[in-house]
Amino acid sequence: MVEYSSGVNRSQSLELRELSLSVPIGGEHVEAVSGVSLTLKPGRVLGLVGESGCGKSLTAQAMLRLGEHQGVLRESGDILLDGDSLFSMSDETLRAVRGGHISMVFQEPMTALNPVFSIGSQITEVILLHLNMNNEQANVRTVKLLQDVGMPDPEAVMKQYPDALSGGMRQRVLIAMAMAADPAYIIADEPTTALDVSVQKRIIGLLLDLQRERNLGMLLVTHDFGLVAEMADDVAVMYAGQIVESGSVEQIFNKPTHPYTRALMGCRPEVSEPGSSLPVIGGQVPPPGSWPVGCHFAERCPLADTACFEPVTMDAWSDGEHRARCVHADMKLPELEAVL
Amino acid sequence: MSVLKVENLTKSFRCGGIWGGGVSHKAVDDVSFALEEGETLAIVGESGSGKSTTARLAMRLLDADEGSVHLLGEEITSTTGKELRIKRKDIQMVFQDPFASLNPRMTIVETVGEGLRVHHPEMSREQRRKKVKETLALCGIGEEALDRYPHQFSGGQRQRVGIARALIVEPKVLVLDEPVSALDVSVQAQILNLLKKIQAERNLSYLFISHDLSVVRHIADRVLVMFEGSVVEQGAVADLFANPQHSYTQDLLAARPINHPRERQQSATA
Repeated sequence: MVEYSSGVNRSQSLELRELSLSVPIGGEHVEAVSGVSLTLKPGRVLGLVGESGCGKSLTAQAMLRLGEHQGVLRESGDILLDGDSLFSMSDETLRAVRGGHISMVFQEPMTALNPVFSIGSQITEVILLHLNMNNEQANVRTVKLLQDVGMPDPEAVMKQYPDALSGGMRQRVLIAMAMAADPAYIIADEPTTALDVSVQKRIIGLLLDLQRERNLGMLLVTHDFGLVAEMADDVAVMYAGQIVESGSVEQIFNKPTHPYTRALMGCRPEVSEPGSSLPVIGGQVPPPGSWPVGCHFAERCPLADTACFEPVTMDAWSDGEHRARCVHADMKLPELEAVL
Repeated sequence: MSVLKVENLTKSFRCGGIWGGGVSHKAVDDVSFALEEGETLAIVGESGSGKSTTARLAMRLLDADEGSVHLLGEEITSTTGKELRIKRKDIQMVFQDPFASLNPRMTIVETVGEGLRVHHPEMSREQRRKKVKETLALCGIGEEALDRYPHQFSGGQRQRVGIARALIVEPKVLVLDEPVSALDVSVQAQILNLLKKIQAERNLSYLFISHDLSVVRHIADRVLVMFEGSVVEQGAVADLFANPQHSYTQDLLAARPINHPRERQQSATA
């Protein structure tokens, strides 16, 4: 068993293995994440893309075993940090792992900070909890962290309260907090969604710089293919609780293969002819509890036939590391183009 | 004739100072534009640029400190009360957040039909219901929705309801304040297509407020760029995207996300 007491970066991998989660809906537990496997490695950014309600945030939170107090239940599968299951760790070990080995950057910089504590005290708290440092050392480290995330005048910022900072500045503080104990992995859930475009660009640059400098493994949860194009090394596309396609960022952008990925990429106004009609996906994402037995996308898919109403795995189509949960992924691209 | 014309609009808000005093801050500073029949004019800018305040001034939801608003050739700058309510039939608004902008206690038929009660009190309940049904159908919502409540609908469907509510009194101008920002990209595409279709059918004019340049490039004819309360640049959408003049517009365009990982190097060195 590895020591999880300090945040020294010595990890090899953080892995979700066939993880299924259920959430309480109307008095019963309904499966919301279905057999998801993902691996984070130091120095790699994995983009987890999908639309609202597909289970991507639940999946991200599961990497820290968060959400359980809200009734999220593990149905099957495992979460492994260097081979050790997060589910067999003691509470104490788990506390050391959260923030120390794996930390999180949330979407809403306006609500993720505590309004009644100063910026400095919120960051030093993390340091004192995870690193063997006294107050003075922790203060020095906090100044350094705030410098690293590009905050002008760190000493002054430490004395300020969250309400004195803009959204972009708060997001920098949250990133500094996430880095405070030198974790090996960062789970970033829509880290730039609430920000203006010019601020977004700077936060993206900051996250990438820190990720490279510190050789972090990052899970980037987003609905935005632009952000994936900008940041990710590997991509997993999620739909209705399942991973439907995975591969390197080049593979996914050069040859999106699952009909859902193709449709999702095609309906972005960025890649459309101005004024043209955008291609759309008919229907809606089925909510947890009403997923079809077969391919979850079948009801909305223009390629669907009887074969699609049988369960389908990620082994249905592959080209090296590039895999897709689709029995028709081999349909030639022009044909697919014509129907989508 | 412009359907909506605003000239030299200025609006200040007082910030800080719980008991009065505080600092006066110009949220909108000398903004002028004209919206023509059947066109889409986008106002882009980041948070705090004054784009939403401008929209609210044009709608007369806020009173301007200076400047004038003309709707269909008539000045409405200081129109109030019943008269303003009548004029508002021609200019309707669609809000950003489809979760916050529908009354959770009203059924869809009540929400969408409310404008008719105000502007067409002569209509009977059945006539109203029929008109609501037609307008919802235009927006892609079926008859079965009429007696349901907002919580029974997804974000995209609620935004369709919000559009139907604005359209029901047959306005000439729609003011759309970030109408697709809260939606998923696949739903966003549906709503953008819907807005285009309705505009073509009814020859509507859109004042389209957005921070998203890709959406603006897709839907707008002309663009007005706002920065710290002022208009820094305006022009036809193709010109402005191809050849931005003001440094702020250039920065905004440069900050757009890339479309393919192969563009990474370029953006890193830019």
